[in-house]
Amino acid sequence: MVIKLLMGNEAIAHGAVEAGVKVAAAYPGTPSSEILETLAAMAGEHGFYTEWSVNEKAALETAIGASFTGARSLAAMKQVGLNVAADPLMSLAYIGIKGGLVLVVADDPGPHSSQTEQDTRKFAQFAKLPVLDPANPAEAREMAKYAFELSEQLLLPVILRPTTRTCHACQDIDLPEDIRKNPPPAGFEKDPNWVIFPSLSARKHIWLNKQQERTGNILGLSPFNRLEIDGDTRVGIVACGLSYNYVREALQLTGLRASVLKVGTPYPLPAAPVMELFKHVDRILVIEEQEPVVEDQLISLAWQQGLTAPISGKHDRLVAREGEFDVDKVKAIIEKFYGLQPESGQETPLPELPLRPPVLCAGCPHRASFYIFKEAARGTEAVFTGDIGCYTLGAIPPLNALDTCLCMGAGVTMAAGLHRVEPGRKQVAFLGDSTFFHSGVTGLINAVYNRADITVVILDNRTTAMTGHQPHPGIGNTGTDGQGTTVDIAGLARACGVDFVREVDPYDLTAGIKAAGEAMNHNGPAVVIMKRECTALVEKDRPYTIDRKDCIDCGACVENLGCPAIGRQDGLPAINANCTGCGVCAQICPVQAIRRKL
Amino acid sequence: MLKPVDVLMVGVGGQGTILASRILAHAALEKGYDIKVSEIHGMAQRGGSVVTQIRLGKKVFSPLIPERGADIVLAFEKLEGLRLMPFLKPDGTMIINEQEIPPVPVLVGAAEYPTGIIEYIQSTAGEAVVVDALVIAEKCGNVKAANVVLLGVMARRLPFEQDVWDRALAACIPAKLLEVNKAAFAAGYEYR
Repeated sequence: MVIKLLMGNEAIAHGAVEAGVKVAAAYPGTPSSEILETLAAMAGEHGFYTEWSVNEKAALETAIGASFTGARSLAAMKQVGLNVAADPLMSLAYIGIKGGLVLVVADDPGPHSSQTEQDTRKFAQFAKLPVLDPANPAEAREMAKYAFELSEQLLLPVILRPTTRTCHACQDIDLPEDIRKNPPPAGFEKDPNWVIFPSLSARKHIWLNKQQERTGNILGLSPFNRLEIDGDTRVGIVACGLSYNYVREALQLTGLRASVLKVGTPYPLPAAPVMELFKHVDRILVIEEQEPVVEDQLISLAWQQGLTAPISGKHDRLVAREGEFDVDKVKAIIEKFYGLQPESGQETPLPELPLRPPVLCAGCPHRASFYIFKEAARGTEAVFTGDIGCYTLGAIPPLNALDTCLCMGAGVTMAAGLHRVEPGRKQVAFLGDSTFFHSGVTGLINAVYNRADITVVILDNRTTAMTGHQPHPGIGNTGTDGQGTTVDIAGLARACGVDFVREVDPYDLTAGIKAAGEAMNHNGPAVVIMKRECTALVEKDRPYTIDRKDCIDCGACVENLGCPAIGRQDGLPAINANCTGCGVCAQICPVQAIRRKL
Repeated sequence: MLKPVDVLMVGVGGQGTILASRILAHAALEKGYDIKVSEIHGMAQRGGSVVTQIRLGKKVFSPLIPERGADIVLAFEKLEGLRLMPFLKPDGTMIINEQEIPPVPVLVGAAEYPTGIIEYIQSTAGEAVVVDALVIAEKCGNVKAANVVLLGVMARRLPFEQDVWDRALAACIPAKLLEVNKAAFAAGYEYR
């Protein structure tokens, strides 16, 4: 054995490699992205295939195809990615799998970096699929390994659901020195059971429902559920996944006693350890982040068995359904459950401090693109629809450049919807290059086909920046094992039937404003590709400086750009060390007081 | 017997808090600690507040440090250090970089950068160590090594031997930047 410090996502990847994964596919999304990055780095040595797919549906379907040959396969995504992959998942539950298929879906209570706090355990329950919920990175690795076995045992895909604090937590983990190789898969065998006709679904639905009970029985013996009896108390706490850590620590801090059932397999909740807990306690508190998945099943089980011990949790509002937990929050819940007055917090609270929201980087080409379109739309009532990526930050003051953001790809289609009701108004949709391939291109085809008179701005920074600079089809390089084929965005837009397609360098404000104006005045859908590599991926250019003699303090550079490289020093605007030399501010200075440093 | 240590590192996205925390974790790994490090990736890394939590002990459960639970807060930026004061133990150590990075609300004039941060921390924290890490890093040859200067300041307060730190630095830092970072670490370690 060798001890290594691994991040949860790395640990999951290691578990999958130890289980002999043959094909792994993912679309990046915080907090899940490092799972495929780690797998891609290990793929050569261990002889398996990895890919960044164009979206989560493509990733899951790739894994499904591989599984049908008997190969163990994995798909990874964030929780909102599962919404995109929901279609294959729901049907796959009926059809079943051949080689073990593990779907890793990272949840993000808080949320730190997501649109929703949706609970994938609830999704698993909806899809009637088992879900494993790790308490820490070491357990996440064990679960990843076991999930392949369970999948093959049940002939069902298995969901592994870590949350941010497992994905992005590092822990010391014992790893085996050697990884044994699995025999090669048998290959695809033709069988009518791979074809989902309604008559097959009717039969398989009965099978799927029977598998729920079978799964519960198997998981009843799982070491991922652990009952820790305290014989000196009649109080029980059920804690799911990560929350177990907070419960253990809160009990240590308060000195309170309880029997604790740690749940690692929240759906289907196995009856055996729960029934055993009921023998030792008179009342139960259920602590789990997000939805009452364990709590609801516990209540149902208790009712079926005629058990009357009171069950506290979300339903009596003791435990929140929203936000992320920590030791302090769980301690307060437990104290309240015991009828104690929670300790009050800090005696002298700090005064309100200025917030530090995330911001587009200094020199970010998106900032220039937003400036260009705001200028081109000046005096009109144009609506700017947004999308998911770094550029969502364009909605924040002082840019205030985006009016909507909903989900991946929605900017384009929502712009078209707005156009139907207000055809006289300009609608401009902004989305990134990776997002365009993910789900923007379908919206563009829809706009062409249905003649939506909208402008689509593709912010092409040659990467998937927000999630850590993964590649996409527009780059060619696959980021895994070599060179893919480049899909040209302008060519694709033309092939979709768009007759106005322009490529512009966003750092060139004059050319950009001209192209933006023409696009917005074009009759029919128009596409402008703002092409400039992400500033985090290129060397800085020589920085700019503001000549204090010439500066008239009009505030344009500070207030119109919101660039973190421009602030004020002794009353006047000044450029700080963050400057990347993009030169955008120099172009908007009315008195040419901003010049490149010599 | 390993004494448990809880460290919060806080800074602004891009200041290198995650690298500093990885070096600490590697050193702790060699000492045989049970380790939990919690990081925030994604949107916050775009110039937002970034907090990394490092918990070392015999058995660590939670990846998060409770309020008034941190033995050490290592602040890469003044305002962010102040923001985390509620997490410092009453007798804990605040190591704070003098660097000011005004957040956008301050840059555009919608808010003021607080004054008197250092004085407040000196009067409230169990121990306050004020460091001008940028200047020290620049002297060592690379202003970007300010994170490792601060790590060096903290290292003196932990029971790890010099060679443990050397190996941790070598494990986490690319070879071509190792020498300058070793110098930065040493300068931080010697800082009084």
